[in-house]
Amino acid sequence: MQTHAMSETPALPRPGTSLRAFRPRQGWGGAIFDTLNITVLSLLCFITFYPFYYVLIASLSDPLALATHRGLMLLPQGLSFEAFERVWQNPMVRSGFVNTLVIVVGGTALNLVLTCCGAYALSRRRLMLEKPVMLMIIFTMFFTGGLVPNYLLVRDLGLLDSRWAVILPFAVSAWNLIILRSAFNAVPKDYEEAARIDGAGDFTILAQVYVPLCMPTLAVVAMFYAVAHWNGYFYSMIYLSDRELFPLQLVLREILVSSSTDSMMTGEAAGREALSTTIKYATVIVATLPVLAVYPFLQRFFAKGVLVGGIKE
Amino acid sequence: MTTPSTRTPAGYLSRLGRDLARNRVAYLMLLPVVAYFVVFHYVPMYGTLIAFKDFNPAAGIAGSEWVGLDWFRQFFNGLFVERLIVNTLLLNIYDVLFGFPAPIILALLLNELTSERFRRFVQTITYLPHFISVVVVAGMLLDFAARDGILTQVAVALGGTPDPLVNDPSWFRTLFVGSEIWQSVGWGSIIYLATLSAINPSLYEAARIDGANRWQRMVHVTLPGLLPIVSTLLVLRLGQLMTVGFEKVILLYNPGTYETADVISTYVYRHGILDANYSYAAAVGLCNSAVALLLLVAANRLSRKLTGNSIW
Repeated sequence: MQTHAMSETPALPRPGTSLRAFRPRQGWGGAIFDTLNITVLSLLCFITFYPFYYVLIASLSDPLALATHRGLMLLPQGLSFEAFERVWQNPMVRSGFVNTLVIVVGGTALNLVLTCCGAYALSRRRLMLEKPVMLMIIFTMFFTGGLVPNYLLVRDLGLLDSRWAVILPFAVSAWNLIILRSAFNAVPKDYEEAARIDGAGDFTILAQVYVPLCMPTLAVVAMFYAVAHWNGYFYSMIYLSDRELFPLQLVLREILVSSSTDSMMTGEAAGREALSTTIKYATVIVATLPVLAVYPFLQRFFAKGVLVGGIKE
Repeated sequence: MTTPSTRTPAGYLSRLGRDLARNRVAYLMLLPVVAYFVVFHYVPMYGTLIAFKDFNPAAGIAGSEWVGLDWFRQFFNGLFVERLIVNTLLLNIYDVLFGFPAPIILALLLNELTSERFRRFVQTITYLPHFISVVVVAGMLLDFAARDGILTQVAVALGGTPDPLVNDPSWFRTLFVGSEIWQSVGWGSIIYLATLSAINPSLYEAARIDGANRWQRMVHVTLPGLLPIVSTLLVLRLGQLMTVGFEKVILLYNPGTYETADVISTYVYRHGILDANYSYAAAVGLCNSAVALLLLVAANRLSRKLTGNSIW
């Protein structure tokens, strides 16, 4: 009896042990709940992951075998790399990759330089204009001019059909600026004073004190900017009509949504429709691989990213 | 500490002049950022004036003729105004009803897991779709919901018709909200998990000593701990009732599903950008932004009254 009671109320955790580690089993109710919980979460993982897996095995399938297949698919139907060859030989996919790379690298670099400078200046509370400028920036988070005035502005600036059109209008995000400013504010002022006594100016203090000390937050902000540039399609669609400038997402849109896979196909009608499907799937795979490749490296920033995003002033 | 000179405008200006001179490097760093916000945020706000004018590209914004509220009248007397407002609100209301609680429930389930490894596995999988572009997600969805697509097959197995779901207006809201949840539930749970891990363990100990079982501990310790962040995020979400992820709507809809899919922002896009009805579309867009701002203010006030949490 005594031992039973003991197992019901285990000892308090030693400091440093996770709460999870000592959470007691609570008889049948608890066991049923745990089983149910694990089942539900496994199901969720399946629902989340299966679409990707399906796209992968479908892209590797023989187009005609895939077209006649019904129901759940767990292995490729036949094996064919034809779709991948066609996607890879498509000049639009290649130029899309290059354009996206230019936009992601160039755009993120500009984002980071401006956001760092702005966050640094606005973390100086002694500036008389610090408050009015902050207010001016925060207001843009709640009210915007809207799509049409933005479009007219970009047009009037002569940016249509230039890469600047998808970089400049997104040069600073108010949200990321506030995140970085909070991080800079959290740096003890002693560091800055010490640097100033050594004769450092503002640029040196930013580059050699604040940036190194706030590297984790900066990495998160860089991740947010880069992901946004990589995924963006809408403004490319309205600002760019020169196909040479199309970023990858716009090329993907043509292939996946408008179904224009014709340029990638030759041959008889019956095989064409089937091949069109596998080409779409192969395109999804090719476009998702870079994300999957950097995903493990980004992962350690996830929690941090959401948390710094939740900072409120 | 205010010296008399700061009270007069001239005194303020001379003080500002000294401040600018003393901190010129910092102000220099701020300059491009301010310039960016003025050019790319405040100039478009000035540009919304065309909603009250008959915009003539040759004459420019200032030179075009005033027409008062004509464009607004045209919109509100139009055929589609009701449909657009209903669609915009319904997509949002469904997303609040199903999409808002989903990450909270996921976080609670993850928090109850005893295996750290399984927990990390679930998190890795469920965060992934957040990083997939909307074009790819829409492309996959269009294919799964096309004729012979896997979702259409499921619908047929459950007794539906073999018509592609993407062309059926009655399915649009389900597909849109469902895919939204699929893509964001994992990522959305992070902030709740972080909040959960910050709850003081001694509260759980105290509850257990008082004889609370697992369910009672969740109701009396975990949920109250989550409440502040839940209410803050709910306010932000309610303030966004007039904004839809229209980038996804544009990819998913077609004239056959406009009935349930067309929202205010996609309407603005078609009329403003594609048909170049700049003034009319700007008026519609301005209505949308104005109502959105009002909703945000109202939701914030409500939250402050009910829970004491507000975002400003």
